[in-house]
Amino acid sequence: MNNVYSPPVMNSKRHNRTVRALNRLATAGFWLLGSLLMLLILWLLVAILKNGLFRIDFSFLTKVPEELDTGGGIGPVLFNSFYILFLSLVVSIPIGIGAGVYLAEYAPRGKLTEFIRVCVEGLASVPSIVFGLLGIAIFVEGFHIGLTILGGALTLAFLNLPVLTRVTEEAVRAVPQDYRDAAYALGSTKFQCIWRVVLPAALNGIITGVSLTAGRAFGESAVIILTSGLSTSGQIWDFNLLSPGETLAVHLWYVQSEALVPDARDIADKSAAVLVIVVLLINLTFRIPLWLRSRRTR
Amino acid sequence: MRNVNEAAVIPPARAGLQPDNSRYAKRKKRALKKNIWFGRYVKLSVFSLCFVLAMVLVLVGKTGLSVFATLSPAEFFFSLDWTPEEEHFGAGALIIGTLLLTALTLVIAVPVSVAIAVFLSEIAPNWLKRIYRTMLDILVGIPSVVYGYLGLTVLLPIIRHASGENLGDGLLAASLVLSLMILPTVSRVSDDALTAVPLSYREAAYALGSTRLQAIAKIIVPSAARGILSAVILGMARAIGETMAVVMVIGNTAQLPRDLVTPTAVLTSNIVMQISNVEFDSTWNRALYMMAFLLLLLALALIVLLRAIRSKGESAA
Repeated sequence: MNNVYSPPVMNSKRHNRTVRALNRLATAGFWLLGSLLMLLILWLLVAILKNGLFRIDFSFLTKVPEELDTGGGIGPVLFNSFYILFLSLVVSIPIGIGAGVYLAEYAPRGKLTEFIRVCVEGLASVPSIVFGLLGIAIFVEGFHIGLTILGGALTLAFLNLPVLTRVTEEAVRAVPQDYRDAAYALGSTKFQCIWRVVLPAALNGIITGVSLTAGRAFGESAVIILTSGLSTSGQIWDFNLLSPGETLAVHLWYVQSEALVPDARDIADKSAAVLVIVVLLINLTFRIPLWLRSRRTR
Repeated sequence: MRNVNEAAVIPPARAGLQPDNSRYAKRKKRALKKNIWFGRYVKLSVFSLCFVLAMVLVLVGKTGLSVFATLSPAEFFFSLDWTPEEEHFGAGALIIGTLLLTALTLVIAVPVSVAIAVFLSEIAPNWLKRIYRTMLDILVGIPSVVYGYLGLTVLLPIIRHASGENLGDGLLAASLVLSLMILPTVSRVSDDALTAVPLSYREAAYALGSTRLQAIAKIIVPSAARGILSAVILGMARAIGETMAVVMVIGNTAQLPRDLVTPTAVLTSNIVMQISNVEFDSTWNRALYMMAFLLLLLALALIVLLRAIRSKGESAA
C-alpha cells in the first residue's frame, strides 16, 4: 500500500489512460475466470450425473451387490447409508442443539466459556480420519464389537456434533433480543422463553444447518470404512445394530479400488450419481417444511 | 449483551414457599422444575462435546505416543523409510508429503478462490451472485469420495496423456482435486469478508477518483485481509485432513516424490490404506495412530491460529 505520490510533471494523462486500461483488463479477467469456473462446476455436475443417471433403474437400487458377477446392485449399502445417517442424527441432534443453546443463551462471559468455544472449534477441525481411529479404539478395541453399524453411527455422530453446535449457536444468536425481553415480560421461565420463543424463531437456521450436516454425513466415507467396514450382512432390511454396515460412499470406493466384478466402472458411475442426487435431495427435503411454514405464516 | 435478567426468572413467591395447592402454583412449580432440568441438560450437552474432544486427544494420543516405547522419535520423524513389513517406521516422507500437498493445493486454490470472491462481491451482477453462491454451496456438499472418483476417472487420464507417465498418480492430481474441494469454502468465506467491508470505504475510494481495480486492490482486499486469511486457514485445515479424495489419486507409495506425477503418499492416505490390516497391539498400528495424532495437533494448531487472528481483529476494530 505504498501510494507513491506521482507529481504532475509526469504525464498524468498517460498515467490515467494506463490505469483505466488496467481496470478494464482486470474486469475482463475477473469475468473470464468467473465464467470458466462456472463452466467447470456445471461440467462437473453433468459429468457425475450423466454417467449414471440414465442407467439407474429400480433393480439397481434394490439388488444385493455381487462379488464376482456383473449386475450387482446397491440395495443393502443404500439402506445402511440411510440407517447410519438416521442413527447418527438421532444421537447428535439433541446434544448438538443443547450445546448450541448453552453457548448462545447460558454461557457466561469468561475463561471457561472461551475454553468451551476452543473445544467446539477444535472438534470441528479434527480430520475425519482421526475420528475413524477413535472409533476403532473405542468400539473395535474397547468393546470388541468389531466393525458395526452401531460403531459407525456413533463415530459419525461425534463428527456431526461440532457442526450442529455451531449452526445452532449462530441461529439462536440471530434471534432479536426483543423476543426474549417480551417472553420474560410475560413471566416465562428461561426454559419457556427458549422453548416457545427463541427456538421456533431460530428453527429456520437450525434446519438448514441440520440438512447441511446430514448431507455431509451421508457422503462421509473415511469414518465408515474404519468403523463399519467394507461389507454388508447381505440382506437389505437389516436393522441389527451389530451387523457390518458398508455405506454407499464406501461402496463407491470399494468397487473402484478392490472389487473383482467386471462391471465395476459401471456400478461406480451409478453409485456416484446416486450419492450426489441423494445429497442434493437431503438439502432440498429438509427445506420443504420450512418453505411450507413460511407460506402458511405469510 | 446477552445477560438476561436472571431475577425475572425467579418467582417472587419463592422465598416464603408456602404449601399452596392451587393449580396455578402447581403449574409454576412444574415450569420451574423444567427450567432447572433444561439448564442441566444444555450444560451436560456442552460438556459431552468437550468430553468427545478429550476422548479423541487421550485415546488417539495415548496409543500414538506409546509407539515411542519401541521406536525412537528420531526415526519416526526423520527417517524416510516407511516399510513396516521390515520394521522400518519412518514417517518423514509422509509428513513431507502432507506438507507439500497442502502447500501446492494452497498455491493453486487461494489465488483462484480470492479472485472468485472479489468477482462475486464486487463485480458480478446480483442475479449472477445468487446463482453462483448457490452453485458453490452445492459444490461444498458433494462427498469427497465422489471428488476422488472424478479425479481417478477424468483427471488421471488427462494427466497421463499430458505427462507420458503410465500412472499419473501423484501430487499434481491430488492437489488439483483438493483445490477444487477447498475452493468453494475459501471463496465463500472470503466473499463474506469482502461483502462485510463497509460501503463507505468504497465510496471514499471512488470519490478520490480511483478505478474499480484500484479500489479493490488498495482498499477493499486489504480491509478484508483478516477474513481472507481465516478463509485460507480453514481451507488449509480441510486440505490437511482430507482422506478419501486424496487416497484415490495419490498412488499410495510411501516415498519422497521426485516430481509432481510420481506416486507418493500422505499421512491420511497411508493411515486409511493400512489401518485395517494391522494388529491393534503392534508398533505398526501405534505408528499409524501417532500419524493421526500429528494430524490432530496440526488441525488444533490451525484453529488456535485462527482464533488469534480473529481476536486481534476484534481488538483492532
